[in-house]
Amino acid sequence: MSALLVVLEHDRGKWSEANDEALTAARQLVADMADGAELHAVLIGDGALDLAGQAGAGGAAVVHVANDAMLTDFGPEACGETVVQLAVAESVAAVMAVGTSRGNEVLAQVAARMDLPFVANCMTIAPGAGSWSMTRVQWGGSLLEDATLDSGDGPKLVTYGHHAVVAAPAAAPGAGEVREFAPTLDASLARTIVKDRDVQTAGVTLSTAPVVVSGGRGVGSAEGFAQLEELASLLGGRVGCSRAVTNLGWRNHTDQVGQTGTRIAPEIYIATGISGAIQHWVGAMASKRILAINTDAEANMVAKADYAVIADLHKVVPAITAEIKRRKGL
Amino acid sequence: MNILVCVKRVPAPGAKINVTDDGQSVDAAHLGFTTSPHEECALEEAVQIAERDGGEVTVLTLGPVEAEEQLRYAASVGAHKIILVPTDGSAWDPQRTAVALTQAIETAEAANGSAFELILFGNESADSGGFQVGVRVAHKLGRPIVNAIKGIVPGDGSVTANREIDGGFEVYEVPTPAVLGVKEGINLPRYPTMKGRLASKKAVLETAEIDAAAGGQTLVKLHRPPEQASNTEILGTDESAASAIVDILEEIGVLA
Ligand SMILES: Cc1cc2nc3c(=O)[nH]c(=O)nc-3n(C[C@H](O)[C@H](O)[C@H](O)COP(=O)(O)OP(=O)(O)OC[C@H]3O[C@@H](n4cnc5c(N)ncnc54)[C@H](O)[C@@H]3O)c2cc1C
Repeated sequence: MSALLVVLEHDRGKWSEANDEALTAARQLVADMADGAELHAVLIGDGALDLAGQAGAGGAAVVHVANDAMLTDFGPEACGETVVQLAVAESVAAVMAVGTSRGNEVLAQVAARMDLPFVANCMTIAPGAGSWSMTRVQWGGSLLEDATLDSGDGPKLVTYGHHAVVAAPAAAPGAGEVREFAPTLDASLARTIVKDRDVQTAGVTLSTAPVVVSGGRGVGSAEGFAQLEELASLLGGRVGCSRAVTNLGWRNHTDQVGQTGTRIAPEIYIATGISGAIQHWVGAMASKRILAINTDAEANMVAKADYAVIADLHKVVPAITAEIKRRKGL
Repeated sequence: MNILVCVKRVPAPGAKINVTDDGQSVDAAHLGFTTSPHEECALEEAVQIAERDGGEVTVLTLGPVEAEEQLRYAASVGAHKIILVPTDGSAWDPQRTAVALTQAIETAEAANGSAFELILFGNESADSGGFQVGVRVAHKLGRPIVNAIKGIVPGDGSVTANREIDGGFEVYEVPTPAVLGVKEGINLPRYPTMKGRLASKKAVLETAEIDAAAGGQTLVKLHRPPEQASNTEILGTDESAASAIVDILEEIGVLA
């Protein structure tokens, strides 16, 4: 029986939220594959065994737990090689992951090692008897590409875009049979294993903030962001910015919203002095509501927003802050 | 340290992105072109390292002959050598691109008589975003690669590379010669100076004619995602809109 192998992620036993998406997508894909393919999952490294049950609950018939001294911490080459050896040993029909930073990197490693094509960041996949068809994202989501994937006799290698699939619980759990897998890893692969970590205290990050107050070129200066900082802190939110602002050196790149910055999903996005170029928009479009403050009524940000004020942000932002303070009795 | 940076020429669309009638490419008739942002930062990083520690920066691109513009720009911000692998302008799939780039790198290294100690790629290209060319090239060259790098410190026989993760960094120490996939934010790229612009006009463009077989991923058609219909409610045209805004903030519960 053919199998779809889904590569799951974790951090020393901490389940990644992307796994729920991966399993949701995998259940659909396996159902669409011909000849009743079986859903296999692989968990790699320290703490993986503890998560096997969760993979089974998510629909996996078989959960491979790969362990080796070299797999304790993440290493793209060691992980890629492990997946290759497992895929070959099980003669799987396809290997799939979610296109997180690690997911795409591990699949690229698998593809390079097997010299097979790999299609990254799919939205939908239609498996066929020979080649597969898919729709994938380009430009970080601003453009879609219909593509085909022909892998000859080898397994199909694909990732789904992160957040392309809405995670849902499995209607019924899989058998979740646990199989230990011991890859043979060459000592040289240690060269790309994590040596150390530097993790700062999290707090509210841009990607998880309930409110994001962003400024673009229209803010006019680094100092001009003080008013946005004040408003954001009153709302328990974070300040964001456009790439124009980062390039001008007004804000750090960690504040940049967009294709090459951070993707945000706040309850409300307040975009001030931002024109709304597509590369900015793809980072902001998951916001529940958008308020644009812009002097230009024709700006793309205004056209795409739920609410807009057509005025100078330097007048409107302080007025919002004052009104909030008034209502809060501050 | 001799460093190679692989860059890609991409169009620079603004409010909208349009597709040609045949669906094979972005309609760039009215657009300017730029270097993919991650790669612009990779180049800046290479130039900074060379300025500090010595060595040469070579920039390589596979693309239409017009990509000479991006190579000259690279020279204007500090690249010493520029190499073009010309295509007919069609989009090459990742496998084909990786085979041709690997061959171009091997040829350049043979001519230099030594390997580039560091090869930098952008984490992914801004347009097609395949997330794999750097990994394929590194594997073909038998060199280590780590992606999503936002910090590089060259060492003796190795480079220390920081990978961005949620709320911090993972630190890798990779033996050279090495390959890294770099992300925007690692630095703030400089603008060319007048002197740099003049020097870039004199930079010698090397051309490496290389072809490779098509891989297994084939582009069928590009199209725009369905527009999210939005009916913008204009709350006002001056600061008196503040009251209506705060009503909304209150209503959605972010004021508490
Ligand atoms: C491959 C690629 C990737 C990119 N990635 C990103 C990304 O991740 N994030 C990103 O943001 N951009 C990105 N960009 C850049 C993007 O194309 C735009 O150049 C950028 O977003 C523009 O920033 P902006 O809106 O601040 O500036 P502008 O486009 O200059 O807009 C300024 C706006 O401010 C308004 N304004 C001016 N004064 C005032 C005032 N006093 N009050 C109110 N409004 C005022 C103007 O009407 C205008 O709408 C990318 C570009 C490329 C090519």
